[in-house]
Amino acid sequence: MKVSMSVNGSPVTADVESRTLLVHFLRDSLGLTGTHVGCETSYCGACTVSLNGQAVLSCTMLAAQAEGAEVTTVEGLARNGELHPVQEGFWERHGLQCGFCTPGMIISAVTLLEENPDPSEEEIRRGIEGNLCRCTGYHNIVRAVEYAGAKMRGEAPAPAEWENA
Amino acid sequence: MYPRQFEYLAPSSLDEALAALDAHPGAKVLAGGMSLLPMMKLRLLSPEVVVDIGRIPGLDGITDHGDSVGIGALVTHAEVAADVLVMRNGAALATAASWTGDRQVRNRGTCCGAMAHADVAADQPVAALALGATFVAASSSGTRAIAAGDFFVDTMMSALAPNEILTEVRIPKTGPGTASAYDKLGRRGGHTDYAVAGVAASVTRSNGSIGGATVALTGVGNKPTLSHAVMDALVGTDGSDAAIEAAAAHATDGVEVLEDLYGSVEYKTHLASVFTARAIKAALNAI
Ligand SMILES: Cc1cc2nc3c(=O)[nH]c(=O)nc-3n(C[C@H](O)[C@H](O)[C@H](O)COP(=O)(O)OP(=O)(O)OC[C@H]3O[C@@H](n4cnc5c(N)ncnc54)[C@H](O)[C@@H]3O)c2cc1C
Ligand code: FES
Ligand code: FES
Repeated sequence: MKVSMSVNGSPVTADVESRTLLVHFLRDSLGLTGTHVGCETSYCGACTVSLNGQAVLSCTMLAAQAEGAEVTTVEGLARNGELHPVQEGFWERHGLQCGFCTPGMIISAVTLLEENPDPSEEEIRRGIEGNLCRCTGYHNIVRAVEYAGAKMRGEAPAPAEWENA
Repeated sequence: MYPRQFEYLAPSSLDEALAALDAHPGAKVLAGGMSLLPMMKLRLLSPEVVVDIGRIPGLDGITDHGDSVGIGALVTHAEVAADVLVMRNGAALATAASWTGDRQVRNRGTCCGAMAHADVAADQPVAALALGATFVAASSSGTRAIAAGDFFVDTMMSALAPNEILTEVRIPKTGPGTASAYDKLGRRGGHTDYAVAGVAASVTRSNGSIGGATVALTGVGNKPTLSHAVMDALVGTDGSDAAIEAAAAHATDGVEVLEDLYGSVEYKTHLASVFTARAIKAALNAI
């Protein structure tokens, strides 16, 4: 069957099997391998993409269900070679180690900040509840999202904790 | 992990969807896909035809019917959790929706899908039961209303026929003396994930005493279950903490408690009492 949608701002159309999952459409049909496949069972959030502005699991969605939608993956965040504030936050506050969870985590954080531009630590932790990270212990991820939130609100991010020490 | 091959239909009207279900016995309705697709990927289920109701107009709203609040088939957990009408008339359901899965799951999964799926440890079905919801089911031969007490039949089995679509869950509106609440222990601790045990309570206060109470349990048996013993013990009391705790001690009287991977019969029995007391207190505080 034919599916058409917008991915990172560009219209795409492809022939897929009806059982093709959105994540495989993105990775295998479009070559956008930034979106990762982790658990494949809906629990880890590595495959999180933005669908019409909302965080969704691309491993638990048919490509056909995204017909006509606007999909954003981690590849669609940087503008003219400049990192998105959330990407910059993960870089500046060491929000990643192995990086496997990171594309999903970043999309999750981007959609969270769009819904709630000034989240509390509690709200950030709750907002990324569906994204598992086996490396960082989440601490620096929370700091990275706080950094990005401040930037996006036009405020100066709090200094890194290690600079205070 | 791929599902087996299937034919995908995306009807653009309810009538077309109902006709497709008649034409393809064994077809499965696809709403948010948060339960159906994982089961298909694990090949626990392999329907030959999938009828995606996601493109049918008119099923995506929360409607004020005057005496009830209608939650349409495509309304997501996130929308239920954030809706003022639902919060006002069925806080237990709004809370249950806000604690269903994680943000990604709440953005896709639907309230009606959670009802139809009827997992033994699900959050929203037990709230619907405590609130005395009505389920509106459509088939090609017409529409019928199913009372909450009749809707949940057994483990992952609702009263819906295979050719029926649940178009709406209706929550009766409540007056000023009534409020509801939900509390649970999630499998991943706190309120996260399916309930190890959870309790929804709707309580009415009249002239200083408890005039009415509906208390329902999830995660402890084969389906969401009313706790008649608690309701009998609570109604007519002054609603003091002592009265609530005395009533909550009877939470599982007459209820068949089943153990699962997450807890023994003893543990679930204990949790049912703890969360019964918490849900009743929270409901009374909200009046
Ligand atoms: C990671 C994860 C965590 C979760 N955590 C929780 C949790 O904490 N608590 C909880 O209660 N649930 C949890 N769930 C399940 C979640 O609530 C599902 O969204 C819900 O059970 C199904 O709704 P859906 O719209 O996704 O339905 P689908 O998956 O599309 O369908 C589920 C079943 O219902 C049928 N169906 C759906 N809609 C209709 C309809 N309108 N009419 C007739 N039949 C219909 C389908 O045919 C199918 O059999 C979780 C799921 C995931 C993936
Ligand atoms: S790969 Fe999709 S949730 Fe883990
Ligand atoms: S950085 Fe390794 S899983 Fe998160």
